Amino acid sequence: MKEPKFRLSRPVVLALLVLVVGLAFALYFSAKIPADRLSTLGFEKLGEKAVLTRSTVKSIGWMIAFLAGVALVIYPRRPKISVVAVVLGILLAILASLTALAQGGSIDIVGMLASSLRMCTPIALGALAGILCERSGIVNIGIEGMMLAAAAFGFGANLYFKNIWIGVLVAILVGGLMALIHALMCIRFKTDQIISGTAINILAVGASGFLRRAYLVKAYFVGSTLPIIKIPFLSQIPVLGTLLFRSQPIVYLMLILVPLVYLMLFYTPWGLRTRAVGEHPRAADTVGVNVYKVQYVNVILAGMIAGLAGAWFSLETVGSFEDVMTGGKGFISLAAMIFGNWNPIGAFLGSLLFGFTDALQIKLQILGVKLPYQFLGMAPYLVTMVVLAGLIGRTTPPAAEGKPYEK
Amino acid sequence: MTAEAKKEPRAFASWLSSLPEKLIPVLAVVTALAIGAIVIWATKASVVKAYRGLIEGALVGVTNFTETLVIATPYTLAGLAVALASRCGLFNIGAEGQFYMGALFAVYVGFAVKGLPAVVHLPLAVLAGALGGAVWGAIPGILKAKLGAHEVTNAIMLNYIAVKVVDYVVKNPFRDRTSTIPRTPYILPTATLPRLLTDHRVHVGLLIAIAAVFVVYWLLWKTTVGFEIRTVGANPDAAHYAGISVTRNFVLAMVLSGALAGLAGTGEVLGTNRTLPAAFISGYGFDSIAIALIAKNHPLGIFPAAFLWAALRNGAGLMQVRAGISIDLINIVQGLVIIFIAADEIIRGLYRIKRSKDQIRDIVFTRGWGR
Repeated sequence: MKEPKFRLSRPVVLALLVLVVGLAFALYFSAKIPADRLSTLGFEKLGEKAVLTRSTVKSIGWMIAFLAGVALVIYPRRPKISVVAVVLGILLAILASLTALAQGGSIDIVGMLASSLRMCTPIALGALAGILCERSGIVNIGIEGMMLAAAAFGFGANLYFKNIWIGVLVAILVGGLMALIHALMCIRFKTDQIISGTAINILAVGASGFLRRAYLVKAYFVGSTLPIIKIPFLSQIPVLGTLLFRSQPIVYLMLILVPLVYLMLFYTPWGLRTRAVGEHPRAADTVGVNVYKVQYVNVILAGMIAGLAGAWFSLETVGSFEDVMTGGKGFISLAAMIFGNWNPIGAFLGSLLFGFTDALQIKLQILGVKLPYQFLGMAPYLVTMVVLAGLIGRTTPPAAEGKPYEK
Repeated sequence: MTAEAKKEPRAFASWLSSLPEKLIPVLAVVTALAIGAIVIWATKASVVKAYRGLIEGALVGVTNFTETLVIATPYTLAGLAVALASRCGLFNIGAEGQFYMGALFAVYVGFAVKGLPAVVHLPLAVLAGALGGAVWGAIPGILKAKLGAHEVTNAIMLNYIAVKVVDYVVKNPFRDRTSTIPRTPYILPTATLPRLLTDHRVHVGLLIAIAAVFVVYWLLWKTTVGFEIRTVGANPDAAHYAGISVTRNFVLAMVLSGALAGLAGTGEVLGTNRTLPAAFISGYGFDSIAIALIAKNHPLGIFPAAFLWAALRNGAGLMQVRAGISIDLINIVQGLVIIFIAADEIIRGLYRIKRSKDQIRDIVFTRGWGR
């Protein structure tokens, strides 16, 4: 494929975007706020702080613009400091938008961050599933379907066994089972991987809808959700305690799995084999790696992680199953995976971004802000397209991805 | 001509020997229905009642039969969209979004442009619908051609964006304030696709869809444009060396494909519904992929495949009434059909069909995400 003629590096484009956002806050948005409005920002036990909305938004806006300007100027010589400045700018932009939203009222900053983390959980898990598959050379657009089937059958198991933990276990197994179908199609029958993923998605819609109408609806069962587990002592820490140590089990599992998959992928023999298969299966085969076995193991593990993400919907959040309740999160997680350049940590950061827009969208609807929520809902998809187009730096998928390996 | 005639007996023999090969889609459907029967049996319902209801609901009686045709109309156009893109080696998973944008453009021209005679207004509305789909299809096409971004992810993102755009527009600027449900105003009579039978919803869109089948066939196999598209699809590198612009054909195929999907949405708003409701979730994106797959991406196979898909969908209602089986069974059957056609080794194994030696490998869609 033809190389594009010009490509800015990711931090530079991000810095330009942040600059525009900062100037918009400083010059445009702040001018629209009445001068005497107050915003009350809540920081949990650390107390509340009431500030004048207009002047605060204005000064934060200038700080953002300044940081972005510094980032742009020093990028050629000090790229690392430049990136830190951009990240700080993004965090300040979030603060500025929350302050602006809270005008005439109050907003719980820590609560917003906690709900972002909660919303990003299925996306991050889905992205991990995608990484495991794709690092071993199998494209998986069926993650959405694996999540959906797992959500339905996990809830069904909860209903049948009256035990929510068995529900989670069944969700994980069903995710693995769906992945087994994908693995058989892609590895054994060498089907086109995109078509196989499409089939998985349609099959999941049918199977979950069938299960719901045939059994779940008739049972009139309102399930409980997974309990919040407070970790002793740690959960008492202000802010951090609420954010990290007072969550539901699948959030914890996600927080454990992200670094775990990262370490496994880059620091264990299994990870080395996986990446070798994804980059150059023939070379891996020549040195004695069982290519098919690596692929089967990875795809099925990925399905189990996707199954856990499915359990997040029906067993951790809602407590019941609704038709197509995964709502495209599986596809978003693929976007987060690409955003993070097939690296678990990067994908997690991408998921956080999507989780934050989700949380903000819900908050906006609750606050009754006149901004049409559909446009905010579009943001993650647009960001993904920009990332995909390579406008923000370059993404490098595993080289042998998508091609069936023939011995 | 004479050479053709001489070859005829041998042509017939080779046609006969390739018959099992051609029957694979049919066998896939039969096998999927058989597994569906096992599911019905497992839920302790009557298989005979269920499938008799399915067939009756789809085919028996003028109302049922014409309703199947009504559903088959957008399926045919959307299936053609996917098939055409596939011939250029592109996987258009974005038919859903193109469908919505086509419907949105068409309905806008349909209700907002006033004072035109029907001979001008109707073609204008139809063209607007095709344009809406074409624009939405062009975006992933251009992104792929210029930046090498994979069309699948971009098209998936555009599907969601299209749903949100339609949701916003129908609930806000285009909303019919006189109605309690969020929908656009009804289109003017001058922009309506006329019905073929009084008292039945089947409309001229069906004829447009059937005409489109032959136009796409003609375009792909009888014109230079089509030859270039197919060459790029078969081997982009070879096409490049032969002096065919790969990028131009990528964009062209996606524009044409998007226009077809847009026409599918157009028929729904100008013919079937005559308005665009906000809750307009269709699932045409995935269905159209399945239809193209069953037809092996051949335009002439699209209509039968679309008819089959529509019959399953339309018959499902009566199946549910007669046997108490959820209509979702049809989704399971359809998912299985795709699996069996995509992994045709399963069907070949079951029915002992050998793979013919000169068989051309199917077009490979998956070429990674990046570039």
